[in-house]
Amino acid sequence: MTSNKPLSTIKPHLVVVGNGMVGHHFVEQVIAQGGHENFQITVFGEEPHLAYDRVHLSEYFTGKGAADLAMTDGSLYDDNGVRYFTNSLVTQIDRAAKLLVLKNGETLSYGKLVLATGSYPFVPPIPGHKRNNTFVYRTLEDLDAIRNCAKTVTRGTVVGGGLLGLEAANALKNLGLETSVVEFAPRLMPVQLDEKGGSVLKGMIEGLDVKVYTDTATQDIVDGETAFHRMNFADGTHLETDLILFSAGIRPQDALAKQSGLEMGERGGITINNHCQTSDEDIYSIGECALWNGRIYGLVAPGYTMAKAAAGHLLGTESLSFTGADMSTKLKLLGCDVGSVGDAHAQTQGCKVFVYQDEISQSYRKMVVSEDGKKLLGAVLVGDNSYYDTLLQYYLNAIDLPAQAQSLILPAMDGAPVGLGVDALPATASICSCHNVSKQDISDAVCNGALSVGDVKGVTKAATGCGGCAALLKKVVDNELLALGVEVSTDICEHFAYTRQDLYNMVKIEEIKSFDRLLETHGKGHGCEICKPAVGSILASVWNDYVLKKEHISLQDTNDRFLANMQKDGTYSIVPRIPGGEITPDRLIVLGEVAKEYALYTKVTGGQRIDLFGATLAQLPEIWEKLIAAGFETGQAYGKSLRTVKSCVGSTWCRYGVNDSMKMAIDLENRYKGLRSPHKIKFAVSGCTRECAEAQSKDIGVIATEGGWNLYVCGNGGMKPRHGDLFATDLDDETLVKYIDRVLMFYTKTADRLQRTSVWMDGLEGGLAYLKDVVINDKLGLCDELEARMEHIVDTFQCEWKTTLEDPEALKTFRQFVNYEGVDTNVVFVEERNQMRPATDLEKQQLIAKAG
Amino acid sequence: MTMQWKLVCKQSDLVVGAGVAAMVNGEQIALFYVPESEKKVFAIGNWDPIGKANVMSRGLVAHLQNEWVVASPLYKQHFVLASGQCIEENIKVPHWSAKLEDDNLYIALN
Repeated sequence: MTSNKPLSTIKPHLVVVGNGMVGHHFVEQVIAQGGHENFQITVFGEEPHLAYDRVHLSEYFTGKGAADLAMTDGSLYDDNGVRYFTNSLVTQIDRAAKLLVLKNGETLSYGKLVLATGSYPFVPPIPGHKRNNTFVYRTLEDLDAIRNCAKTVTRGTVVGGGLLGLEAANALKNLGLETSVVEFAPRLMPVQLDEKGGSVLKGMIEGLDVKVYTDTATQDIVDGETAFHRMNFADGTHLETDLILFSAGIRPQDALAKQSGLEMGERGGITINNHCQTSDEDIYSIGECALWNGRIYGLVAPGYTMAKAAAGHLLGTESLSFTGADMSTKLKLLGCDVGSVGDAHAQTQGCKVFVYQDEISQSYRKMVVSEDGKKLLGAVLVGDNSYYDTLLQYYLNAIDLPAQAQSLILPAMDGAPVGLGVDALPATASICSCHNVSKQDISDAVCNGALSVGDVKGVTKAATGCGGCAALLKKVVDNELLALGVEVSTDICEHFAYTRQDLYNMVKIEEIKSFDRLLETHGKGHGCEICKPAVGSILASVWNDYVLKKEHISLQDTNDRFLANMQKDGTYSIVPRIPGGEITPDRLIVLGEVAKEYALYTKVTGGQRIDLFGATLAQLPEIWEKLIAAGFETGQAYGKSLRTVKSCVGSTWCRYGVNDSMKMAIDLENRYKGLRSPHKIKFAVSGCTRECAEAQSKDIGVIATEGGWNLYVCGNGGMKPRHGDLFATDLDDETLVKYIDRVLMFYTKTADRLQRTSVWMDGLEGGLAYLKDVVINDKLGLCDELEARMEHIVDTFQCEWKTTLEDPEALKTFRQFVNYEGVDTNVVFVEERNQMRPATDLEKQQLIAKAG
Repeated sequence: MTMQWKLVCKQSDLVVGAGVAAMVNGEQIALFYVPESEKKVFAIGNWDPIGKANVMSRGLVAHLQNEWVVASPLYKQHFVLASGQCIEENIKVPHWSAKLEDDNLYIALN
């Protein structure tokens, strides 16, 4: 890639040598600060590609292409007049003449020069290290070569058990090779981990079928007998392998600087000051080639900070200086959590150490604290990084440690201090160290209208470097949004970027029969208490499976899961179906007897049913066994489903009744009793216009007329009462049922989760007239389908309690305790008006005091 | 620190993706079996300190912002399964390390 701009210029010339992540970031910083107005900028890169994301290089093996990893397609450069040359090696700097010489012999003058030449992989000078099938792990071209080789061989070995070496080992393993790691040091990740941590990590990695050789020096590499290479080790043993990948650390790419006489470190690296200037004040150096305070920083975040500091100094716009960088890291290597914070090796004078090790679950944690125990200086984590974020914040922000500081690495126990909530972080807390984004920056971005994590990322660049802060960023963004009282999205939840209606359509059209399948095809993550019951309800509406089927049970809210309504003290109420409120004396007696036997509080409900309160979990099946034996079935009082059809006595008994409201109520209740819907629904049928059943305050109201039935829809007597709309008049029985089928199914299909019919109607574009058009005139051509769906629900009804009692597996869920036959002693009743009710807290205390 | 693993029940006593209650040394414990999680099993106190009832095991298991939580069945506050921390309120329920081994569920008593 080469831009076509001429090389001559009248603006001062700023040349950047090196187009890796840091060199590119420098150009971005210069442009962001307007530097391209004052400088003609030219960029040279040695690789064939413009800057790409080397931090995520391994993803090149797991499906990402070069374009996915690219940090720019050149448009940023083109748009801002930056000239760029790939495949271009600068070979010489003539500082006196301020000239650069390119490999092809061209020369070019510069005013200011930035060396962002990065580093190269160190390959130990073992005899044989240049044999075929030996590689390093640095560029896209390296990865292409490794991939090609891996296709034809079976065994691969990484020389170097550091961070990048283990990542490379993971890549080899993913390419299907039998993988080994050979480390010269006595432990893995010697820079980040202490001895114990390294050994725990070794155990974990060996558990994943990767052979690990530590404390092992390779003497030479020769032809193998069973594989391409044989690596001979210093202790006389050997390892045969087809492919060798060297990942033994990096060395600064500083030959150009050295040749030009810039001041260098003893072991390499271009010496820089706090402004990232080299010993020549017109030449800056940033990234892995630069040596600050005797130190090379081999991470991208410090490189970015250097880029920002250099740009600010060069342009005189920012006073940020580079004063060292945090090298804390958190990684998942071959599936193993590893974290290292600050002074992991406890080298600070006088520091104290806490160590926790659990050999059973293979985890190891160490905290290094200051002599007075007040500040966190460093930490090592192996096996569980859930402790990392909190520790890092204590470290970075020098927050005073809690009194029981060790609790920060101990498995949490009752009363242990809590991880730092994002609220506790100071505004200056660094959230993203790659881009140096503070909590305040995020807060500002949110206040300025960035209302999602994606927007905040775009504005602040937080979490776009290594990505390690993504979870923390989300917490901070959510916290800020919450503080502003912002409602964020119309998606049903974080797991499905869809509305309930979308999900309903997917379930139906794609014939999806389980939550897992829907999640796999259309969602992400693992689901929550919003989407699980919603999908559970949709699956029931469409397929009408038994709700306690193994794959559905974890979707159900507590009431559906235990087929009873949970009350405030954790006991349940039981509501058998009494269609239309009509009940025989014998059945009424059974209810009374059962209530008496179990000392249940008994009440006639507003929906003409009888509610029995105070049953414990374990009592539910035995009680239902008795009720079912007496001919009752579940009233589904626990479900978002049809609850009751209230009625008056109608023409059967009443002097004024014009039609048989009792029979109609019973028939309707029996027809729709198995329907699971977005919200619970209630019906009523009145036998005449006096409206004793209060039908107009129900989702579906039916009122008898001289000519048949008047149908009212979408009323309710809930929190915001609404009279139903008169939908159709003087209907015969058959048409009435047909219309109700269609209205209910259309509602079930299109309403939002937990949306009442009244709210649904209010939100329906075109309102009542539209609904009539759909249901009566079949405007959408849906009516046949709506009726067929309802027919399916009617045909597949089952009494869930009956099914449950016949299923020993389902019955197991109703045990109070899995390992103990006793009862919950916290459930205490007192007597009031000759029945039992839950004791209040105060009463419980008094009762306990009395007993004691 | 020494850790003592206590056998509580069989794997078959657990419900996939949901909770059950157990009694250990006179204390009610809610056990959750979440095969998709890294830890597979979690143990927290069964007492809901906000709803004031022993019901935690009957809540719905959710995965929110990369944390496994249970939504209390009474008032729906979320409690982190790994730590017992309530997300909405500054309150915490006890929790224990748990593991499955040879079809047995153990929790660590400290």
